Amino acid sequence: MSLIPHKPAADRGGPAQPLLIVGSLRKYFPIRGGLLGRGHGAVHAVDGVGFQLGKGEILGVVGESGCGKSTLARLLARLIEPDDGEVIFDGDGVGAADGIGVKELRRNLQLVFQDSFASLNPRMTVEDSVAFGPRIHGQSAADAIRVAHDMLARVGLEPSRFGGRYPHELSGGQRQRVNIARALVTRPRLVILDEAVSALDKSVQAQVLNLLLDLKEELNLTYIFISHDLNVVQYISDRVLVMYLGQVVEIGPVDCLYRDARHPYTRALLSAVPSMDPERRTRHSPLTGDPPNPVNPPPGCRFHQRCPHARTVCAAAVPKPVEVAPGHRAACFMANPASGYDSSPAEVGR
Amino acid sequence: MLGYLLKRLTYTVPITLAVTVVCFLLVHIAPGDPLNAVAPADAPAEVVEALKAAYGFDRPLPVQYAKWLGRAVAGDLGRSVATGRPVAGEVLSAVGNTLLLAVVGGAAGFLGGTLLGCLAGYFHKTRIDRVASAISVVGVSVPHYWLGLLLTIIFSARLNWLPAMGAGPGGSGNWTWDLAHARHLVLPAITLSVIPMGIITRTVRALVAEVLSQEFVQALRAKGLRDGQVFTHVAKNVAPTALAVMGVQLGYLIGGSILVETVFAWPGTGFLLNIAIFQRDLPLLQGAILVLCLVFVGLNLLVDLIQPFIDPRMRRN
Amino acid sequence: MSVTALATSSAAPPVAATARSRGYWSGVGRRILRDPLTMGCAGVLLLIAAAAVLAPWILPVDPYKTSMLHRLAPMGSAGYLLGADELGRDMAARLIHGGRLSLMLGVLPVVFAFVIGGSIGILAGFAGGWLNMVLMRSLDVFYAFPSVLLAVAISGALGSGMSNSIIALTVVFVPQISRVAESVTTQVRSLDYVEAARMSGASAFTIIRAHVLGNVMGPIFVYATGLVSVSLILGSGLSFLGLGVKPPEPEWGLMLTTLRSAIYVNPAVAALPGAMIFVTSMCFNLMADGIRSAMDTKA
Repeated sequence: MSLIPHKPAADRGGPAQPLLIVGSLRKYFPIRGGLLGRGHGAVHAVDGVGFQLGKGEILGVVGESGCGKSTLARLLARLIEPDDGEVIFDGDGVGAADGIGVKELRRNLQLVFQDSFASLNPRMTVEDSVAFGPRIHGQSAADAIRVAHDMLARVGLEPSRFGGRYPHELSGGQRQRVNIARALVTRPRLVILDEAVSALDKSVQAQVLNLLLDLKEELNLTYIFISHDLNVVQYISDRVLVMYLGQVVEIGPVDCLYRDARHPYTRALLSAVPSMDPERRTRHSPLTGDPPNPVNPPPGCRFHQRCPHARTVCAAAVPKPVEVAPGHRAACFMANPASGYDSSPAEVGR
Repeated sequence: MLGYLLKRLTYTVPITLAVTVVCFLLVHIAPGDPLNAVAPADAPAEVVEALKAAYGFDRPLPVQYAKWLGRAVAGDLGRSVATGRPVAGEVLSAVGNTLLLAVVGGAAGFLGGTLLGCLAGYFHKTRIDRVASAISVVGVSVPHYWLGLLLTIIFSARLNWLPAMGAGPGGSGNWTWDLAHARHLVLPAITLSVIPMGIITRTVRALVAEVLSQEFVQALRAKGLRDGQVFTHVAKNVAPTALAVMGVQLGYLIGGSILVETVFAWPGTGFLLNIAIFQRDLPLLQGAILVLCLVFVGLNLLVDLIQPFIDPRMRRN
Repeated sequence: MSVTALATSSAAPPVAATARSRGYWSGVGRRILRDPLTMGCAGVLLLIAAAAVLAPWILPVDPYKTSMLHRLAPMGSAGYLLGADELGRDMAARLIHGGRLSLMLGVLPVVFAFVIGGSIGILAGFAGGWLNMVLMRSLDVFYAFPSVLLAVAISGALGSGMSNSIIALTVVFVPQISRVAESVTTQVRSLDYVEAARMSGASAFTIIRAHVLGNVMGPIFVYATGLVSVSLILGSGLSFLGLGVKPPEPEWGLMLTTLRSAIYVNPAVAALPGAMIFVTSMCFNLMADGIRSAMDTKA
């Protein structure tokens, strides 16, 4: 049924080649201040993040606000330049001499933002907003509008009814559908959803999540799904990545990680999820205190000041991620028998 | 807060320097040779050369600027071409008169504006609001030099109640606090007060209406506070912004009184400027502008430095 | 800003018609049309402007022709509907002709400053970083001058004349408009739809044209309309000081100053040019207020 002349970019590396390989990505934001605007340290927003993403996968990214999730999204899209680290898209290094450029990357990668209103130009009609990308990619105005209409129909918005409207005339859920259409219209292969459903009502959230799942199958997409809502992440993700203060503390298949989290931070997050069972209500706050200041992250394991199991080693050395189950890695000394942590994980686990 | 104060103080230094550069350059963007102002047009070539050397006009601009700035810092702004007297003295005696007029006119305008603004904001969208708003539109729209003329026509030419010219009887340029001098102050001060009155009315009206529409006011009313008590809460929220606007307006009155001073022949800096322009008295022009700008920069600095003491939000960061 | 409007010639079949909503500007236009005060002021201004342009046909009297006999003739005297000035020139003709220069003094500096200041501000706001620093900090210097003083100083240095007055007033308004343009552009630039446009691969120029301009022009325009009355009063004020338009050109501020000597003889005639400035500037102010409230709405 597709009228879209603009075909998605070909799968170049084959199914075995990860769509995305991220290696020790780092971004510090310098803090301006003082008399002459000299730097007074830097916010360690993303500090050595690495992971792989398979084709057709949905990777959930969770963490408290301020842990660097959104910075990671913008780094991957190259909306901000990383200080260090590499991103390999389908076998090609982004920005590398023999790799692909940012422009080429953005043909393959799109973002959907949290604020559905701020992500649409208030002076543009819905169809013009969606058609903007195809126009930039060289399609004629009429063709651009045609593909825009096609994509609006796919996200469940009747083009003849909604195409000529302005963003303020739509509901939040409808606007987010427009944003999804705008992201998908140029046929990317990877879509980063940065808290894309967080601002929506629960009922609308479910509709949009199902729409995302349908579109993923229809259009062969891969998602990075960033959210602070652990229930939503559990529902939609294949694998989950947990961030704390700009670092990956745990990553693994969703069932494995939700059932048997190995990092104390992940466990604390999961136990903070309100339970529907009145017998299993949360009585104590599983996490106390605020996250440490990302300008001066604590030495050693960044979580040790809030960790109920912290030992001297935790403040002294940085834990390396170790594989605790197939595909499931945690950056905690308790998960590593050879680390010198003086209590076995089994005793500590409650 | 100390950091803010220091930062604001430090920021004044480059601005002040830039102001001196602009004042210095003003003379040099003037068409024709700056010498034309000092040398007669038919002066022989060797006289012109000698004058050039004497005034330092044969040196490169940066050197001239540095010398001029050095003298200015020492309080030497050169000599007036027209009177031959030192510019610094002329300007300083005029600045006093300008400040007097600006402060009296400003105070009248701020008082009237605050009153009208509070009324308009409190009775938002009623007849009182419309009348007050109309007065403020007239205030910001009226060419004050014309208003000065009208007042002169009515109160001097027709009714002969108040004097129209000068700062004292018999054209005395020296102000003293007595009734005879105060009578001279009335018309220029009223004329000068109209624009700040209009602007303060608008500002205060918008601020009061906005604060009154906030939920904390409803909470205060629900708590049972009387109108007067609610008003003190509103005033506290309106004051910082309103005072900042007043500070800027006072600066404009000091720097912008040239039109009113010209209409009433008030012996202030504006009047001095007017004379300097017509006699092409460039040292006087330069000196008067420099002093007025320094007063303006100083006043803006003062307003910014006082802000954190009035506004608790600024004390925090 | 519509994408279809950017169309190059295309032979593709027409697109299925969509029910288009009313755009923002047509909504603003409708609100202005329904506002009697704003429309009234616009009418008065149109009348003054039309009279100024069509002056020779409306009142075929030479505004430069002096007559010693009719010096300061009172209003309503034979042949002099609004009296005569200190040189016996017809006031009605001079007031109508004077609208030309005075309106130009009100409108032109603001238009120039809108273009120059708007460009500087949008550039600074969109570029951010050091370019923003350099541009905005340089303009801060002009904020160290009270605007009247700055206009007087520049006019005084450049010398009198219409074009010098316009230059002086433009210099006064450029920093103000730049600052407004910079702050709204900085706000818009950080919005997600601009990031989304960057994601689509559009160049900075295209993003500014398609996404930034349409959203920052409104606030800049509103601010600029409010400056027209200031410009008119200041510009006429420069002429009043003898720094602006040169005699014998008819211009309201200049007429006001030459008639000052007549306030004891014929005050009504002497006050007329100022009344014209007052009415015009008030109409501009009220119209600016009307435009502001018509544009002050979500989306």
